[in-house]
Amino acid sequence: MDIQGRKLIKIATAGSVDDGKSTLIGRLLYDTNSLTTDKIEAIERSSKQRGYDYLDFSLATDGLVAEREQGITIDVAHIYFNTDKTNFIVADTPGHVEYTRNMVTGASTSNVAIILIDARKGVIEQTYRHFFISNLLRISHVVVAINKMDLVDYSEDVFLKIKHDFDALVAKSDFREDQITFIPVSALKGENVTRKSDHMPWYVGNTLLDHLEVLEPSDLLESSVPRFPVQYVIRPKTEAYHDFRGFSGMLYGGNLKVGDAVTVLPSGNESTIKSIHFFDQEVEEAATESSIVITLATEVDCSRGDMIVKSGQLPQSEKAISATICQVNSKALKVGGKYILQHGINRVLAKVDQIESRIHTDFTGIEEADQLKLNDIGRVHFRLSKPIHFDSYHTSKSNGAFILIDEGSYDTVSVGFIE
Amino acid sequence: MNNVFIPNPKEAESIHILREVAAQFERPVLLFSGGKDSITLVRLAQKAFFPAKIPFPLLHVDTGHNFPETIEFRDNLVKELGLELIVRNVQDSIDQGKVREERGRYASRNTLQTTTLLDAIEEFKFDACIGGARRDEEKARAKERVFSVRDDFGQWDEKNQRPELFDMLNGKIHVGQNVRCFPISNWTELDVWEYIRTENIAIPSIYFAHKREVFLRDGMIWTANEHVFREPHEEVVEKMVRFRTVGDMTCTAAVFSEAVSLDDVVAEIRLSTISERGARIDDKRSEAAMETRKKVGYF
Repeated sequence: MDIQGRKLIKIATAGSVDDGKSTLIGRLLYDTNSLTTDKIEAIERSSKQRGYDYLDFSLATDGLVAEREQGITIDVAHIYFNTDKTNFIVADTPGHVEYTRNMVTGASTSNVAIILIDARKGVIEQTYRHFFISNLLRISHVVVAINKMDLVDYSEDVFLKIKHDFDALVAKSDFREDQITFIPVSALKGENVTRKSDHMPWYVGNTLLDHLEVLEPSDLLESSVPRFPVQYVIRPKTEAYHDFRGFSGMLYGGNLKVGDAVTVLPSGNESTIKSIHFFDQEVEEAATESSIVITLATEVDCSRGDMIVKSGQLPQSEKAISATICQVNSKALKVGGKYILQHGINRVLAKVDQIESRIHTDFTGIEEADQLKLNDIGRVHFRLSKPIHFDSYHTSKSNGAFILIDEGSYDTVSVGFIE
Repeated sequence: MNNVFIPNPKEAESIHILREVAAQFERPVLLFSGGKDSITLVRLAQKAFFPAKIPFPLLHVDTGHNFPETIEFRDNLVKELGLELIVRNVQDSIDQGKVREERGRYASRNTLQTTTLLDAIEEFKFDACIGGARRDEEKARAKERVFSVRDDFGQWDEKNQRPELFDMLNGKIHVGQNVRCFPISNWTELDVWEYIRTENIAIPSIYFAHKREVFLRDGMIWTANEHVFREPHEEVVEKMVRFRTVGDMTCTAAVFSEAVSLDDVVAEIRLSTISERGARIDDKRSEAAMETRKKVGYF
């Protein structure tokens, strides 16, 4: 919750070229009064210049010059809007074949995905890919927005056919049925986006916005066990705080409270939480996702990159790991390649031991591979210079993911999900 | 004491980012303009490192055309919090012949700041510059990363940005490169104002409605004084105005307002139909203005 008591919902959007994704987002912004006069004026100006006889809301979100010229979105853009009850962050990601990387990036910070389908085209290869990524990243909730219903006479049969096709995909995924919601919309006309459509009386569900507002972030959070990676050691060395030695970081997966018996990794030293601080307040207990400072009852060796966990709830500690990798850089991942592996905030060196397979992103299985190119997803085995303390991505998003950094360019080249 | 601390997610994220900056870089600096966003950053940095002091200095690139209220505010804040402040002046860059003062109707020192900033980065060997830019401000900024790598010339290559996955920040750089860090990327203008109100953070007086000598041009309200070029026919009038952003006098337009308290300001922002950058004259120069300036190292 923010200071006004509004909840925060983070959404990734995915659609193919011309599915009307930018229009849908533009429509959401317009209908929630999130577009300001000068932005609307800019849209009117641009729409007119291009000779459109309607307002092209997609212009509200298409950012960079090159994109405006081509009329397509080519990167992840973040868009913000709010209603009285909810703050929304939308990671707008493009739908081109070659941009898997962008959707993975956008989806990594989101707990809801909106997958757009053009009602005239139905479920296409792109849809498979978008849903596959939602599944891989364990997105908590998927909204399938079947768009351009105005172009198929608002036909229920068309809607049901697409839903039926999509359900076949759901059956192949890890999603439960209640994690998927289908909504027929027309972004251009504003039907079922924020306003209930008169043209589709057969649809009894919520509008898209109402549906997004019903979601509760707490339901979207993973329930796991607390993990506290130490980011920065705070030693004020002032008179008032002469002996203060606090461990700062973000708490993931669960709450921690004063008096909890904890273990510091990798040393394995045990201690007890003496105090929990947020700025100048001392608190008894901190909820998950808090950026806090912890002090321990005993002097134990603990520095950046170490992890404080509840004793008896230790993560796995391994020097050899297997992970699903998505390659996000044009330089391919190859056997024998050495990288800096960043797990949360902790860095170790990693070497690719084996590339087991490339995974088809259309749910059709795997194939052999000797390298993973940009936008490829595959299963890879690594050897590490030091053990990392992780949980399976399946049980903990925060403690089960890592990135690979190229040793030469320092670019982020891969993202990994530990099995 | 028997309480559970529930985080404000955007605040928690910003604190996380600030701690990553302090941990990953040798010589970070916080770019301080005296505006509400950089003031918010200072509060977040206090929270990130308390009870220790903020472990990096502030850098103010002074155009010489700042509102005097901003400078006074800056000096008070630094004194009160015991912060280290570095000031570098655009006037010096002009005197050294590195940049040339613009002339005429839209003359501004805003773009000249870039040179002074890059020189300061080189002088102090800063490897990370923390800024208060937000993605909701402008379309080109919507695609900016939290950690944005710049080359030796301070240039931003929008096609070659590192993807940012989850909350993992990659600040690895080569000698000569530096990183622009944006801890409040995900905040909106309203988020910032509501935060300032809730935290009761002091801000410069020009954010509140006051009487000021102004003149109207291109549908915008300009401050009338010796730094701002004015045609003889442009008539000066006294009006109740306030500023939504605090940049240079030459490129920051005022809005008519009666908002004299933070509550008033928040209420006004909620109802407002002009976006904050709509009052930035420098962005009106062209639709792609911000993007072009960013590519050459503007913040």
